[in-house]
Formats: sequence, C-alpha cells, structure tokens
Amino acid sequence: MAPVLEVSGLSTVFHTRRGLVRAVQDVSFSVNAGETLAIVGESGCGKTITALSLMRLIPQPPGEIVSGSVKVDGTDLLKLSEPEMRKMRGSKIAMIFQEPMTALNPLMTVGKQIAEMVMLHDGASKQVARDRAVEMLHHVRIPEPARRAREYPHQMSGGMRQRAMIAMALACKPKVLVADEPTTALDVTIQAQILDLIGDLQKEFGTAVVLITHDLGVVAEVAQRVVVMYAGRKVEEAAVGDLFAHPLHPYPRGLLGSIPRVGSARGLDVSPDERLREITGMVPALNDLPPGCAFAPRCSLADAKCHAQVPPFELKQPDHFAACWQA
Amino acid sequence: MEQTPLVEVSGLRKFFPIRKGLLRRTVGNVRAVDGVSFSINAGETLGLVGESGCGKSTVGRTVLRLIEPSAGSIKINGNDITAVGKQDLRALRRQMQIVFQDPFSSLNPRIKAGEIVGEPLKVHGVGDRGEREAKVADLFRLVGLRPAQMNNYPHQFSGGQRQRVSIARALALDPGFIVADEPVSALDVSIQAQVINLLMDLQRDRKLSYLFISHNLAVVEHISHRVAVMYLGRIVEYADKTALFAKPLHPYTEALLAAVPLPDPALKRTKHRVEGDVPSPINPPSGCHFHPRCPYAEARCRVEAPVLRDVGVGRQVACHLR
Repeated sequence: MAPVLEVSGLSTVFHTRRGLVRAVQDVSFSVNAGETLAIVGESGCGKTITALSLMRLIPQPPGEIVSGSVKVDGTDLLKLSEPEMRKMRGSKIAMIFQEPMTALNPLMTVGKQIAEMVMLHDGASKQVARDRAVEMLHHVRIPEPARRAREYPHQMSGGMRQRAMIAMALACKPKVLVADEPTTALDVTIQAQILDLIGDLQKEFGTAVVLITHDLGVVAEVAQRVVVMYAGRKVEEAAVGDLFAHPLHPYPRGLLGSIPRVGSARGLDVSPDERLREITGMVPALNDLPPGCAFAPRCSLADAKCHAQVPPFELKQPDHFAACWQA
Repeated sequence: MEQTPLVEVSGLRKFFPIRKGLLRRTVGNVRAVDGVSFSINAGETLGLVGESGCGKSTVGRTVLRLIEPSAGSIKINGNDITAVGKQDLRALRRQMQIVFQDPFSSLNPRIKAGEIVGEPLKVHGVGDRGEREAKVADLFRLVGLRPAQMNNYPHQFSGGQRQRVSIARALALDPGFIVADEPVSALDVSIQAQVINLLMDLQRDRKLSYLFISHNLAVVEHISHRVAVMYLGRIVEYADKTALFAKPLHPYTEALLAAVPLPDPALKRTKHRVEGDVPSPINPPSGCHFHPRCPYAEARCRVEAPVLRDVGVGRQVACHLR
C-alpha cells in the first residue's frame, strides 16, 4: 500500500534580522491511510513549523520552504500554485490547532463555517451544505447539533469548540489530518474524549493523521509511529512500542526518564524523595546551532566527534532510525 | 506522628459577585471556593488537583490573602491571618510566598533579576544594601543560577531559568510555606524535571511546606505527600498520595486518573470515560456537583450534597456511594 502522505527532505528557514533560522532541516516521513504518526519534541524543535509547512501556511517572507516535497496521494503540494493549493486544503489535507479560536471565525455561526467549506470544495448547494454541517456536528458528538450549528464559537466551551473545529476539518473527508497539539489546552477528561473522537473518526474515514505533540502519554496512547525532533532535525523514528521500550538516541531516552508517571506509587513504592532524571542545560537557539550534533552540549555520551560533525539519520535496527554517533 | 500543622485552613469560601445592570446589582455568585478545609505540616507537600475552573488557584490566592476570602479561617503557625489588619498581615507575609505558573508575566521585564529577587528584602527592610546583595547572590546559587546573572533582565533568561528566579524571590525572606501555582505547567518536559527536583531539594534542606497546585496528576503524584482533589469549588477527596493513586474512592478522582494518558504503549488503555463538560460554577448542579457526569449516580446524588467524611486514617471522601 502506497502511503497517503509522503514528506521527503523538507527544509524550512526563516530570514530574520538575527540571521537565518533553520527551523526544519531535512525532515522526511510517510503516513499510511488510517495510521497515526506522532511528531514529538519540545518548544522550538520545529514540529509546528513542519506541520505548517505541510499545509503551506508558512508566512512568506520571512519564512521559506527551501527544499523537499510533500506528496499527498502522489501530488506534490509544494509544486502547486496558490489557487491550486487552496483547493487541496480542507479537501485533501486539513489541520486542527491547539486553540480552536485561531481557526474558527468569531463572527460566523459554527454551522455556517462548516457549510461554507462544503460549498467551496464539494460544490454543494446551500441546503445540502447546511445539512452536512449539522451531520458533522452530530458526528463529533455535539449534543443538539441543529441548535448548536446556529451558535457562535464564543457560546461553546473549550472542548465543544475543539469538536466543532474537528467537524470542520473533516467535513470534506480529507486524506490527511494534521493535528497540532489538539488537546494541549484541554482538561484531561476532555482530552480523553477528544482523542477517542479523533481515533473513531480516523477509523471510519481512513484518514492519515499527523499528530504534533509534546506529551509522551498522548503519543503512547494514539500513535503507531513516532518521529522525535530536536532543534529542527529528526533524531529518532520507530514504531511506538519499539521507541518507548528501546529508545536509541540519548534525547528521547532522557525525555522518557524525566517524566513523572501516574501510578508509579501503585507498583513500585516510589518515595517522594526520589529525583527525576534531568536533561541538563537547554535547547539551543535555532539561529546559533552548534557545528556538530545539536544535542551534544546536553548529552552525557558526547565526544569530540559529536561536537564536530552532524550525525547522519540512519537505520540502526530493523525499522528503527536514529541520528547519533553513539547509538 | 502528631504535630501541629504549619498551615490550617478551615471552611474557606470565596464567592465572586456577578453584577448586572445600571445599578450593578448583584444577581448571583460564582462560588469559586465553597467550604474548603485542609492542613499542611512542616516539610510537607499538599497537592491540590482539579480541572480548570475548579477553584484551585483561587484557593492558593485566598490562602495568602492575595484575594480576600468570603469566609473561613486560615492559620499559619497558629496565627489566623484572616483576623489581622494590613500592617500585621505584611509581617505575616514573610512566612508565606507564592510561585506563579507563567514565568513570563510574573517577572517585571524592566527590572534586573537581582533586584527582583532582592525586592522582598528591601520591602521588609532586611539588612543594608551590601548584606542584601550578598543574600541575593546566595539565593541565585541556591536555585542553580550564577550570581553574575543578577545583572540580566528577565528576557535574557529561558523559561526554566525564569522560574528559578521566581523561586529565588519566593525564598528571599526564608518563608516556611510556599504556594506553588502550576509552577511547571508552562515549561518543557526536560526543564520540568529540573524545576521539580529543585523544589524537592529545597523542601528537604529547608523543611518547606508546599501547597502544590496543578492539573498534572503525574507531577502531583511525584511531588506530594497528600493530595486534595477539587471539583467545582469543593474538595471531593483528600488522602495520602499512595492511597489515592492506588485506589481512588471518589468517582471523579477515578475518572481523572483513567483519563491521564500513560507514556507506555504496552498498557491497555481503559475505555472508561466520563462524558460531558465541567458545569459552570455560577449555577452548579444540585446535590453532588459531579452527578451529571457520574456513571454511578443515584436519585439521592441529584438532591443531597454529600459531605466530606472520614473513611479510614487521614482519608476523606465526599460521595454517598463510597
């Protein structure tokens, strides 16, 4: 089965007064229909810029996608004209954001916004589009969808707005859904509901999902494959079970060691005095990256070679890739 | 181990009036905190968890009288701080400090970090200029910053470092009690661990008491000795950390724990979800506030509010069914 989304060699830069910021460097991955790929990393690692690059939503200037290809069903989005791209957004590839108010128009009822999408992309009549909007709201389990369709975004709760945005993103049944921290702003009980919802809709429509998140718990629950990014580059990629059980790169290994876990008191009697494993130091600035491996200054295994040369991203074990001289 | 608690809060209430119309008549109340009681021993951390709007931050602020409570008493070292005037309160404030969530908005961007940390000393007239500077340098070292960084402005620090500056400021007057309101929520995971370790080291070395407010259950489990779970202004469960996480009694605690995604793909996820949103604290549901979302709710839960009652040693739950 050919993957629905194929990203290869994607590099995005920003031309700023402080110099060239290499936000995304040589990122490649692919996602099959019905599969979820998670891109994890901390703030500034380039995960959101990767997502926006897929949608071609990078403000240009100062941003620029300097190389690579983003193929959806074989069509390279980066080669399309802007009007052609506009037709792809929503119909073939859609995005949901952390804060639904950035995606929803506050001056328009939720139903109208969804209907507008359907009319634009599917050429549906007003009546058909309106019915479809209500149907989508019902699909994302918003109670009383017909009444809610006539409401404005501010009349809804955070979780409800997130549902409305998902309804809008999926109204034209896109092949690829890019979800950028879709549950980060939500409470845990609501987060669980939204993750379930995305999973169910994905199964029903066969959508390929690219999930951008910093939350390793969310990754473990919903993703099949994981890409770990650090300072604009991929540092590790593997199937989810493999990555959590045997992380190869010191950065994801450190991340997994640094998070406290719910229920640790249940099995092992962890005393409250036990320290978390820290990753010392901080993420380097993207306009001032070290010459070698970007993680080397924080890495306990780093040697002279790590500080001098960028490690290649290569196959280390069956279906498990990493960029590390020491792994 | 019997000891007098350092902090004793009982029957704490905070209602925010809702005013409407030309005459700004009060038409209702947001019952942000509705009868909350707890105690914290010296050197102990009480974790306060709950979802947004449950009143946990309001508790943190009223406990320090940064917001005036509507009712209830707050005793720190035996002194009821609700009963004292402004002057005495200022003196009592030396014993209690707060660290906020957002290290970007809680530090004045125009003041050097050294002055930010030294400000409480100046306000309370501690030492002369030279002594204060030496103390600030010590505080910088204590929280893992270099004294040379005293001359930097907040924007020159990373998020984690700013939180260290906030912690240094909170420690300046050697308080016994610190309210930490979501102190690591704005930080990246690798930095979170650094700040949590720092808070725990400081507690061990200085016998600090923390009221640790967070929505992150994993962090609360890690740092707390005891935990209080809040829902719509009330504590619904109050227990020893180990007991609570091993076997939650209140259906809301149970739901919260079940909803946390675990960073282990090998674990089978429980498909046990609570439905619905958190109701508005302006018009909370009758009876038990949780009944509309509770899978076990019975007729009684809809009419009669359960009281927080003892169930075993040091453990309380507000539920008719448990």
